[in-house]
Amino acid sequence: MTIPLSGQLINLSAAFLLLVGFAMLAQRRILSLINLFAMQSFVLVLSTLIVAISTHQHHLYYSVGITFVLKVILIPWLLHRFIRKLNLKWDVETHIAIPTTMLLGIVLVIFAFNLAQPISQLSGTVTRHTLGIAIAGVLLAFLMMITRRKAVSQVIGFLAMENGLFFAATSATYGMPLVVELGIALDVLVAMVIFGIFFFHIREAFDSLDLKHMEQLKED
Amino acid sequence: MAHSVFLPIEIACLALLAWIVLAFLGLACIRQPRIILNVIFPAGAAISLVIAVVGFMALTLQAQTIILPLGLPNLPFHLRLDNLSGVFLTLLGGVSFAVSIFSCGYFRNYNGPKLALVALQYHTFLASMALVLLADDAYLFMVAWGAMAVASYFLVTTEHQVPQNRSAGFIYLLTAHLGAIAILFSFGVIQGGHGEYTFDALRQAPLTPLWSTVAFLLAFFGFGAKAGMLPLHIWLPEAHPAAPSPVSALMSGVMIKTAIYGMIRVIYDLLGVIQWQWGMVVLTVGAATALFGILFALTQNDLKRLLAYSSVENIGIILIGLGLSMVFMGMGHPTLGVLGLIAALYHTINHGIYKALLFLGAGAILRSSGMRNLNQMGGFIRHMPKIALFMLVGVLSISALPPLNGFASEWLIFQTTLQAPALQSGVLRSLVPVTAAILALVGALTATCFVKVFGIAFLGQMRNPDLKEIHDARFTETIGMAWLAISCVVLGLLPVFVIHLLNNVSLSITGFGLPSDAVDSNWIWLIPTSAARASYSPIIFFAVVISAVLITIFLVHRLYHGRLRRGPAWDCGYPEQTPRMQDSSDAFAQAIRRIFGPVFKATRHFPSPDDTAPRFSVTVEDKHWAGLYLRIARLTTFVSNQLGVVQQGRIHVYLLYSLVTLIALLIFVQ
Repeated sequence: MTIPLSGQLINLSAAFLLLVGFAMLAQRRILSLINLFAMQSFVLVLSTLIVAISTHQHHLYYSVGITFVLKVILIPWLLHRFIRKLNLKWDVETHIAIPTTMLLGIVLVIFAFNLAQPISQLSGTVTRHTLGIAIAGVLLAFLMMITRRKAVSQVIGFLAMENGLFFAATSATYGMPLVVELGIALDVLVAMVIFGIFFFHIREAFDSLDLKHMEQLKED
Repeated sequence: MAHSVFLPIEIACLALLAWIVLAFLGLACIRQPRIILNVIFPAGAAISLVIAVVGFMALTLQAQTIILPLGLPNLPFHLRLDNLSGVFLTLLGGVSFAVSIFSCGYFRNYNGPKLALVALQYHTFLASMALVLLADDAYLFMVAWGAMAVASYFLVTTEHQVPQNRSAGFIYLLTAHLGAIAILFSFGVIQGGHGEYTFDALRQAPLTPLWSTVAFLLAFFGFGAKAGMLPLHIWLPEAHPAAPSPVSALMSGVMIKTAIYGMIRVIYDLLGVIQWQWGMVVLTVGAATALFGILFALTQNDLKRLLAYSSVENIGIILIGLGLSMVFMGMGHPTLGVLGLIAALYHTINHGIYKALLFLGAGAILRSSGMRNLNQMGGFIRHMPKIALFMLVGVLSISALPPLNGFASEWLIFQTTLQAPALQSGVLRSLVPVTAAILALVGALTATCFVKVFGIAFLGQMRNPDLKEIHDARFTETIGMAWLAISCVVLGLLPVFVIHLLNNVSLSITGFGLPSDAVDSNWIWLIPTSAARASYSPIIFFAVVISAVLITIFLVHRLYHGRLRRGPAWDCGYPEQTPRMQDSSDAFAQAIRRIFGPVFKATRHFPSPDDTAPRFSVTVEDKHWAGLYLRIARLTTFVSNQLGVVQQGRIHVYLLYSLVTLIALLIFVQ
């Protein structure tokens, strides 16, 4: 069985997506983390574009445009600005050693593929084989949020999770309706603004962005 | 009937709407307390009359339904007016008419904002109670039930400055919510997985005996919490003293009766097939509740607390009636079961009326003398003769003395217990008469309790001679109490009419009615089963009593010497006597406290021999607090602390919870 060129390209970009996901999981420096996120978003844009061209789904072009503007340019730029203002140069500390995290990530990927198998068989889209990768992307981002200590990397994890969701939507059903996508895009943007304000407040209150200080908020 | 005339159910809906409008008008008149007192409350009373008339009409009509396009999308409100809701609507209308009129005078000392809030909550409370009675789907029923609980919670905490009142309100709300959850689950069980929650669908849903027992137990618990049956009664003696007296009257007179309505609706109407074991549960709980309630009522000094415990006792008596009815129905004697049901309904109405009367009387005493503690009262009959007269009627009714209404219904319940030989099972044949014995004991204790209330409060001499500004009931207060007192007498004198009307209720929900002897009996003789067994004529009894009294008066005044001389009472050789030497409330109950010692947790305070101002005091506590509720509270705290480990305060851990849940769910759906 031969896979058409577009399908091969999509599989390639899916592989890239997963690779970048693991890279993010392993990356210690915040600056590189942001760049990796931008790269992942760019791969996402490319894969969506290929799906749009090969299936002639017009509304996907709008998604491509929105994603590109928002996730490749605007949000990474905002994040860069934040860390410049907050003076966050140091490396990311993790709760669990990086190699262990990678192993956990592999387990999650296997789980995701196992989960996606029956759904992929039902789905008739050219992109159906990538659903497992999309779910893996979501779970890896979740894992990243759990293992990181700094608020900024948690936010990047959150955004990466959204990337995974978006990829799942395109791979399973050629994308969500445009209205839903617009809504999500707006949500992500608003979330960024709120997180930004939040960062400054956390730092003002605790003199640090380390989330362990927030444990004091617990009621005894 | 011509279409230009409104159907009763439409009138009921309009009346409901009018109550809600009045509620908000009351809030709007926040700066004009006089308007609230002189316009809003009387208007509410007029609507009450309309509701009472509608309910009374419904007693003889076919059931009517209406669907209101309100509520959630695709889930309209279904309303239904049938014989059963007619009984309770009549009670609601009749009692709330008196209470509203009474309130015009009672609330005169409240300032603007407080009065406006009371007017808002009071009329919302009335409307929600009526809605509970009219609801024909579980969804509307729960909405109205919740509205009723919330409105009454705010009424209970009207005097929220006092910390005890706030905690009383909290306990009330907690019990109400526990009950509501149980009722919700019960409806969920009854619908049996079809997702249809109209009462019609619930009636038709097939249930296995096991599930229908589960539904019964949940409903019994849920409604029992509102009614105040035994282990769940604790909110009553806390909430009633806290609430303003007209509110206590409504809560005790009508609101706890909506729980009885709910029980009858769910058990007889929705479940339909009654198992006799359920009846034994209800009967046992009812007997325990009645005995416990009256024992505690006897030892109370706070008049309103006493009345609250007495409500617990009366709920117990109603439950005995219902339980007997269910036993007979479940054992295949529907005609005898009908008698129990009718007796329970009759007692529900009677208790609603005389308990409202007694609470209004307690309120009138509180308003004019500022006293709630029986130990301080005494000799009030000379200062408030009207209140004394109405209280006397209420006290005689609740003590079940003929020819008043309390006797008629308790006598019917006795007649039901005496049908026990009809049962096949020997165990039941011997257990049912035991409840009759308990009922008799409860009756005697009730009489003792209310001899204490009337004797200590109204007879004897003023214990506190400094109290000068005692006045009698005002005009509106008098009308309110007189209405209820007259109802007591009328319901007592015309029991035959009442049971004929209640027979319609029984026919419509169970399909069975009273035997022909009872139905054909004329209006003078009340015959529960057959003329050969028992009959009672309150009117002849009343005529005999009245004529005996009149003849005695005539004989004494005309034929005997007729001379009258007033002199000082013989002082037994002790010239130094003060009003404080009278029998007090504590002293009156002392014998009962001793005899039933194990039931109470009494702590006595004895003054030491060299005390210059000796005071003896005794406090009686409800054993349920320490024995049941504090244990539950400790257990809850313990479990919460254990579960508190989950709350780490670390975002990573919380995220981990989410991930684990997500993966678990994904595995589950796979």
